Amino acid sequence: MNRFVRLGETDRPAVTVHVDGAPVEALEGDTLMVALLSQGGVLRQSEFGPEKRAGFCLMGACQDCWVWTESGDRLRACSTVAATGQRILTSQPEASWPNHA
Amino acid sequence: MAEPRIIIVGAGPAGTRAAEACVQAGVRPIVLDEGRRDGGQIYRRQPDNFTRPYAKLYGSEAGRAQALHETFDTLKGAVDYRPETLVWNISGGQVWTASQTYADTLPFDALLLCTGATDRLMPVKGWQFAGSYSLGGSQVALKSQAVSIGHKVVFMGSGPLLYLVASQYVEAGANVVAVLDTAPYSARIKALPDLLAVPSVLWNGVALTIKLKRAGVAVHNGIKPLEIKGDADRGVSGVRFRTRAGVEQEIACDAVAMGHHLRPETQLADLARCAFAFDPGTRQWLPERDGDGRSSVAGVYLAGDGAKILGARSAEASGRLAALAALGDLGLPVDKGEMTSLRGDVGTYAKFARGLAKAFPWPSEQASQLPDDTILCRCEGVTAGDLRGVMRETGAKEANRAKAFSRVGMGRCQGRYCGLAAAELIAAEADIPVEQVGRLRGQAPVKPLTIAIGDDQ
Ligand SMILES: Cc1cc2nc3c(=O)[nH]c(=O)nc-3n(C[C@H](O)[C@H](O)[C@H](O)COP(=O)(O)OP(=O)(O)OC[C@H]3O[C@@H](n4cnc5c(N)ncnc54)[C@H](O)[C@@H]3O)c2cc1C
Ligand code: FES
Repeated sequence: MNRFVRLGETDRPAVTVHVDGAPVEALEGDTLMVALLSQGGVLRQSEFGPEKRAGFCLMGACQDCWVWTESGDRLRACSTVAATGQRILTSQPEASWPNHA
Repeated sequence: MAEPRIIIVGAGPAGTRAAEACVQAGVRPIVLDEGRRDGGQIYRRQPDNFTRPYAKLYGSEAGRAQALHETFDTLKGAVDYRPETLVWNISGGQVWTASQTYADTLPFDALLLCTGATDRLMPVKGWQFAGSYSLGGSQVALKSQAVSIGHKVVFMGSGPLLYLVASQYVEAGANVVAVLDTAPYSARIKALPDLLAVPSVLWNGVALTIKLKRAGVAVHNGIKPLEIKGDADRGVSGVRFRTRAGVEQEIACDAVAMGHHLRPETQLADLARCAFAFDPGTRQWLPERDGDGRSSVAGVYLAGDGAKILGARSAEASGRLAALAALGDLGLPVDKGEMTSLRGDVGTYAKFARGLAKAFPWPSEQASQLPDDTILCRCEGVTAGDLRGVMRETGAKEANRAKAFSRVGMGRCQGRYCGLAAAELIAAEADIPVEQVGRLRGQAPVKPLTIAIGDDQ
């Protein structure tokens, strides 16, 4: 079930983002986080515990909302604007864990 | 003399008013902000294609919001504004910046840090579940994206923003089921003399509570949070708390907005090597500054909530004041009379802020009462029990040592959300005052950089 509930501003053109290969409809001006959580309940799996995560601060401070592009670039879903043509992965593409945190 | 190089970090109320003062003095400052748009937190701007009017977005503060945005819009041609640009380090007399595609180092004659605040959090068992959000985050969702964080939302914690955001949610048509405030009502009565320093803001606060109750929202004071219930896959399903009368209650919900007022973002001041002092009123370490905003480091100035949580109106005044101080120190003519009156304004807001700190106290005692299985560090899943274990085994009683051993404060948020609670837990376990635990040092980069930029360094 969707986590976020839209309360207005719904009269915007649609954009389509691909998430883990599947198309997700969003609205122009949505962040990736809003795009994903208006359709689903979570963003990603925690690496350190059993639970799924859906972000926390929405202001770029907690880094709980990481998703990846298919080419491996890391994005903060809360501060990246959704756009047609984006292909997003909710887990890190390569198995290695570069030391960038 | 060549035009002085003034850099302002932050385009919120403090940064905007600082930039305005510079432009009026004939200086073109560089304004750096990691956000896509100016406005900062309280006056955060919605995306260009959103249409909600000012009154709807900013309520009683609509006039101030509009005035600030218009000021910034007219300044744009006269300042070197660089949005979506993170300042990730200050070292060697330079500001280190990074944007999606570009990294830069900028020397300065005066640096004004107007970095604002983030939520202050006290962990609650279960706060790692999807659907738990910081209170400020819940407001960002509404203000900048017109969404509610859930279908049934509980606001839990304390502070003026708890009531403000809850009522903004109600107004926007969200389903708010309860406001659970850890502060007892009696604290507010005690704080009245200080709160009366700014009667209009006090009155706004009273009106909010009335509005919430009229809307049928359950409002409880003096509660103790016990647990955010939920499951690993589906996330939050409810909250469990103890009422002031000592009765355990559970409320079903799928989202919790939590926070205890705010903490300043002081990492850049730390990297600039500003001296810090412990502030007993808020139990936080704050960068030292004089009445005008001069830090202990020549050429570095501090203003707004990034120096101390004094609110948006104070941020506008202290931003302008710090800029005037900087301009004066650089030998430019400034209006001394105006500086005196700005100092007076900042003093009034400081009194009000003291009132707020008394009315909505940080429940420091809750940290030591956290059950061992409560996650303290959301980033890496370190529990209260893990930290206690490390303290027993190593005797670590200082924040940075305990951090090194337990990894609390070493995750991606760099201790923004666990650091203050961890310090309280260490202090209680070691039976020492929290100021003796010390503070987590700011570290560069202040936020993780994108991989591409990280590799260049
Ligand atoms: C989420 C949130 C919501 C709030 N809502 C309200 C409210 O509704 N009402 C109220 O009275 N108060 C609110 N506050 C309190 C608020 O902090 C102040 O009232 C006011 O915004 C302070 O102004 P400022 O200029 O000091 O900081 P801010 O308005 O926070 O502006 C700081 C700016 O600095 C930028 N910045 C910070 N660090 C860096 C860096 N390293 N590199 C580049 N840019 C950086 C940020 O992007 C931001 O734009 C809120 C605070 C938060 C955190
Ligand atoms: S939700 Fe915190 S950084 Fe995106």
